[in-house]
Amino acid sequence: MAETKQIVFPGEVIEISEIKPRNGVYKNREGKYCSEYFGTVQKGDDYIDVVPFTGHYFPRRGDKVIGKVIEIGPSMWTIDINSPYLNLMHMNDTPWKMSSGDIKKYLGIGEYIYAKVMTLNEIKESWLTIKDVGLRKLEGGHIISVPAPKVPRIIGKGGSMVNLIKEYTDTRIVIGQNGLIWIEGTPENILRATAAIKKIEREAHTTGLTDRMTEYLKGDAKNGN
Amino acid sequence: MGTESNIKLLDENGLRLDGRNEMELRPIKIETNVLERADGSAFIEWGGNKIIVSVYGPREAYPKHTQDIDKAVIKARYNMAAFSVDERKRPGPDRRSVEISKVISEALSSAVMVEQFPRTQVDVFIEVIQADAGTRIAGLTAASVALAAAGIPMRDMVVGCTAGKIEGKIVLDLSKEEDNFGQADLPMAVLSRSGEVVLVQMDGDLSVEEFNQATDMILDATKRIAQIQRDALVARYSVETQGGE
Repeated sequence: MAETKQIVFPGEVIEISEIKPRNGVYKNREGKYCSEYFGTVQKGDDYIDVVPFTGHYFPRRGDKVIGKVIEIGPSMWTIDINSPYLNLMHMNDTPWKMSSGDIKKYLGIGEYIYAKVMTLNEIKESWLTIKDVGLRKLEGGHIISVPAPKVPRIIGKGGSMVNLIKEYTDTRIVIGQNGLIWIEGTPENILRATAAIKKIEREAHTTGLTDRMTEYLKGDAKNGN
Repeated sequence: MGTESNIKLLDENGLRLDGRNEMELRPIKIETNVLERADGSAFIEWGGNKIIVSVYGPREAYPKHTQDIDKAVIKARYNMAAFSVDERKRPGPDRRSVEISKVISEALSSAVMVEQFPRTQVDVFIEVIQADAGTRIAGLTAASVALAAAGIPMRDMVVGCTAGKIEGKIVLDLSKEEDNFGQADLPMAVLSRSGEVVLVQMDGDLSVEEFNQATDMILDATKRIAQIQRDALVARYSVETQGGE
């Protein structure tokens, strides 16, 4: 079995040597850095993070997320992006030209969008936009959900992991920072990609995962079709 | 509590009714993520206590007037099942469970980093299925494990234990008979690493010396219980890696 990364508990002191602490770390009263989460320690080149095993998504400015339309107003949509707060998108933040009142022709309830968190205020109210390169309404495909803290693992370093899955399963995949993933392809391929993502989700805290996933997907390709 | 009785709680060797010595805890077993739809959950067996804790959230706080503009609110609900005690307990909140819910909410609020998610609530449901003295502490200990399993940011884990006085002697972790016929009961909860006290209540009378002795015993015991909490959290991840497809 692959080795697991260092597991820490809330309040556990983390050894900081030269690299700066970033997410999931706080300074206690004695000036020591401690973990905020029950999760794993991830040491990068510049930063050290504690990544929880699970948890809710909290919007950050600039995050690209997948959201579902749950309510339509005269000039705004209310979007559910799996966070504790509701998010709004104004009709002026879309690439379409429309007048208020008929915005549901463009985007109806239950439809999904790939959007960016445009602004976020002190009380965590946020506004989304799809007026940027690559952002759009997601048509067709299939949506699956994973815990938001596992998203970086599924994307991999520079997108290596998701490219691996795309390549071996012949699907189109869009990953939102909030843990929603859109997959498009033939039904069999979607199932294979989903199985691969669920495997990453289960084993996100182990090391050497990319190599094992290559093996897994190779074997899967042989058995499958 | 506090009434004179002729029930012998200690035998001639100084052992208690269930054969423990004064420093011994009842067996504790914690299991995490026992519920599918909760964000985090835990099941604790502490002696005869059997308690399920489930955690939901953080989610937008409702009703809206309960929202706090600059921090999250922890809403703990301690509830005893009608069949959890010898004589049927009338279901629903009563004076005792409202009080326990309040003190548990406050104890957890000092551990959770509530300032990170304003306007939200975190629901903690503590369901006592079988009660055998020390349920508030057992529930709180399990709640802290469930919160950690739910991925909620915390300064520290909360861990608790009780001590009390039976036949003039300070003992750790009272059982039901000792609670009913003993002279004092002192439940206490601390943050496991810093040792800061987040809950302390007392029923009965203790002198200052007795109180200090009891708190020392509790602080020592919480270190052992904290280890059980940590083992319970990790256990899930060693199992999970061995899972197949």
